[in-house]
Amino acid sequence: MYPSRFEYDAPKTLEEAIAILDRSGGEAKVLAGGQSLVPMLKLRFASPERIVDINGIPGLNHVRVDADGTLRIGALVRHEDMENSALLEKSYPTLAGAASLVADPIVRTRGTFVGSVCHADPQGDWAATMIALGGRIVAQGPNGRREIDMRSFVLGPFVTALAFNEIAVEAVIPGAKGTARGGYLKLERRVGDFATASVAVYLDMSGATVNRAGCALAGVGGRTIDANDAISVLNGKQLTDENIAAAAEAVADAADPRTDHRGSADYKRHIVKTFVTRILTGIARTEQKAA
Amino acid sequence: MTSLYEEVTQVPDGVPTRRVTITVNGQKRTVDVEPRLLLAHLIRQGLKLTGTHTGCDTTNCGACTVLFDGRPIKSCTMLAVQADGHKVETVEGMGTASELHPIQEGFKEEHGLQCGFCTPGMMLAAKALLEKNPNPTEDEVRWALSGNLCRCTGYQNIVKAVLWAADKMRDQQA
Repeated sequence: MYPSRFEYDAPKTLEEAIAILDRSGGEAKVLAGGQSLVPMLKLRFASPERIVDINGIPGLNHVRVDADGTLRIGALVRHEDMENSALLEKSYPTLAGAASLVADPIVRTRGTFVGSVCHADPQGDWAATMIALGGRIVAQGPNGRREIDMRSFVLGPFVTALAFNEIAVEAVIPGAKGTARGGYLKLERRVGDFATASVAVYLDMSGATVNRAGCALAGVGGRTIDANDAISVLNGKQLTDENIAAAAEAVADAADPRTDHRGSADYKRHIVKTFVTRILTGIARTEQKAA
Repeated sequence: MTSLYEEVTQVPDGVPTRRVTITVNGQKRTVDVEPRLLLAHLIRQGLKLTGTHTGCDTTNCGACTVLFDGRPIKSCTMLAVQADGHKVETVEGMGTASELHPIQEGFKEEHGLQCGFCTPGMMLAAKALLEKNPNPTEDEVRWALSGNLCRCTGYQNIVKAVLWAADKMRDQQA
């Protein structure tokens, strides 16, 4: 199918873009990478009256760390920028682990991190990492900026807490108290397919002790599964085999998979447990080597 | 100047179009397009560059891959208006029938195609890879082409073709 007709604007400033959204009264959509929006337009799942293309707005393609350790990712940072970032490779293993598993390499040249989070697809990789990392979305509207915690940002499949006249300008991820560890694993039948199961794990560690553990799952429920409470059994503890097994069990219990052509519910739960164990065991081994 | 979209789907009177200038294979092209026109269709129907194929039309197959400011994109998943002021390279920009690009030569030498439908997209994805990584491993070639589907070859000869081209291009550089 072909997209239905729409008006198109390519504003040069955020203020201008927000003014257009405001005037459109909810009938406009923001276009960043377009790798979800354009397919939605073609399927006519979305038929906005107006498209506001933010690709020409400067100052939105940064990946940087503030003095206090807060990571900031601008609205035009592409998946491949995340994949190629030396900073993420070194200090943000959860994000670095997911970066090369998002969609396929060609989609990754266009699609954006923030756009993917705003698309709020229950299968989305980045939303899972954001929940595990305790991230927030910075929304800018006519009255300025506000920060929305990731746990209250996604209201349901493809629905977010963004108001019609707000743009998600940045993702913010708090710094670790100690050292950030983590990983992301995804089982897919082929590159670009929806995940059978994905697991994002984040550990804020001081020495061998976990200060805070974070976890979220994609592909195993009607929404991104927030497994932070489940994996919190690791908080204040060390990564012993026993503690890892308990955490993997708790996270697998938090999954809510359905049997479909990608596998049975039991199989998917088993994958979740295996992935959590694999990520945590890998971190434990690295810690042992460092000690 | 006639609207390109008119040629594609007959834009009725009163439907607004936008004038865009796109550098296609080194040549500046100025056209009027309806905002909903997809870049793949501008390239094929509007500019008559039919080397860019549309396969799945759902961002899966990669047959419509072109280089956008040097990076590979799926042109069925970008609006033509978004290309205003940007550079687009299609398979027609790679070489000529008498003077093939080393990647095209590689596909010929290593039998990297059967029906040929996926080939333009494969070659442009390969070109983007080799520009960033002139000496890729087999694994790196496979990952770089994992957004492009081929239903004939089983990929073996495509991978060989890209590695052949990488060798040749490194020799030319040396």
